[in-house]
Amino acid sequence: MHELSVALGIVKIAENETKKAKAKSVEVIELEIGLLAGIEMSSLDYVWPSAVKDTVLEHAEKKITFIQGKAKCIDCDTVFNIKHLYDNCPTCQGNFKGILQGKELRVKALEVV
Amino acid sequence: MCGTCGCSDGENKVTIKNPKEIISHKHDHHHHDNGHSHNHDHHHDNGHSHNHAHSHNHHHERTVSVEQDILQHNDLMAARNKGYFEAKHIFALNLVSSPGSGKTSILERTLKDLKGELDFYVIEGDQQTMNDADRIAALNIPVMQINTGKGCHLESDMVYDAVKKLDIKDHAVLMIENVGNLVCPSMFNLGESKRVVIISTTEGVDKPIKYPDMFHTSDICIINKIDLLPYLNIDLSKLKEYALKVNPSLQFFEVSATTGEGMKAWYTWLKTNRKK
Repeated sequence: MHELSVALGIVKIAENETKKAKAKSVEVIELEIGLLAGIEMSSLDYVWPSAVKDTVLEHAEKKITFIQGKAKCIDCDTVFNIKHLYDNCPTCQGNFKGILQGKELRVKALEVV
Repeated sequence: MCGTCGCSDGENKVTIKNPKEIISHKHDHHHHDNGHSHNHDHHHDNGHSHNHAHSHNHHHERTVSVEQDILQHNDLMAARNKGYFEAKHIFALNLVSSPGSGKTSILERTLKDLKGELDFYVIEGDQQTMNDADRIAALNIPVMQINTGKGCHLESDMVYDAVKKLDIKDHAVLMIENVGNLVCPSMFNLGESKRVVIISTTEGVDKPIKYPDMFHTSDICIINKIDLLPYLNIDLSKLKEYALKVNPSLQFFEVSATTGEGMKAWYTWLKTNRKK
């Protein structure tokens, strides 16, 4: 259940940024989560209420942008979408690839009051 | 539930202890020291509909651009560990696997066989008990036990605290045995030089694709319990094929920590890579 650590990481960032902005609480939090980042959304939703309780995020709505996995084949340079880390290149079937996107785990923005 | 934090009752607190002198660790990382009453009854059917009409005028809503990685605290502390290891030429390995694949047995055997040649230090991660640290301390190797309470993985600040207490010599080898779990530890960089995933012959051949993150982030894969192969119906080449699909750079060692078979190749790797 590493999603709890992730949720607490989000809380920490939100607390710091809200303080910096001299605001009181967060209305909306925008997150970017890559589909290869290893986050189980049902687990994140499960731990969310207890992680945000008594914090600036307690009543915040979370808006999540999911980012599709994308890789580039090291052998033939094909850029292709991946669902799993073990997906191989559709052109040359090679396994060597660089992940271009899909590992994101980021707080993008906050709407604070 | 409040695992990583362990800030509820005593049993769940993160502690870092040396088997010889018990030191209690005041755990203050990442969170809101709320009393965590834990009475939450988890209405997790929250579709998060939040249909409030946002009457926007009544208070001044501002958008703050943040653009921060959620795990940046862990990554920062990991970078700090890594810098310390590099400056002191410490070769740090993060050993990960599911529970029961033989991390501690491989460690014990390695320490026994090589302690005359290399200086070893060990950090043990488990939810509970000093058992593993006691096994290592019995070999006269300096060791710290991190008990994560309900936490399912080590984080870099726990390792940072344990490393400070170990007072490691230059050019030593630090073995960090993570909590037995093939999922969560993959996301938490500890600042290690290399990550070693251990799988045993009694586990399924498709484990690497069932738990791809761990295999994707590891450098070395040790296949343990090869002494049991005559009694098992497992195709190791299939297992390797799956693992290489996830991570084509993975390097394998087939060993038995019980009989010692195959351990030499692993020792050679350890001794050569330590100097790189």
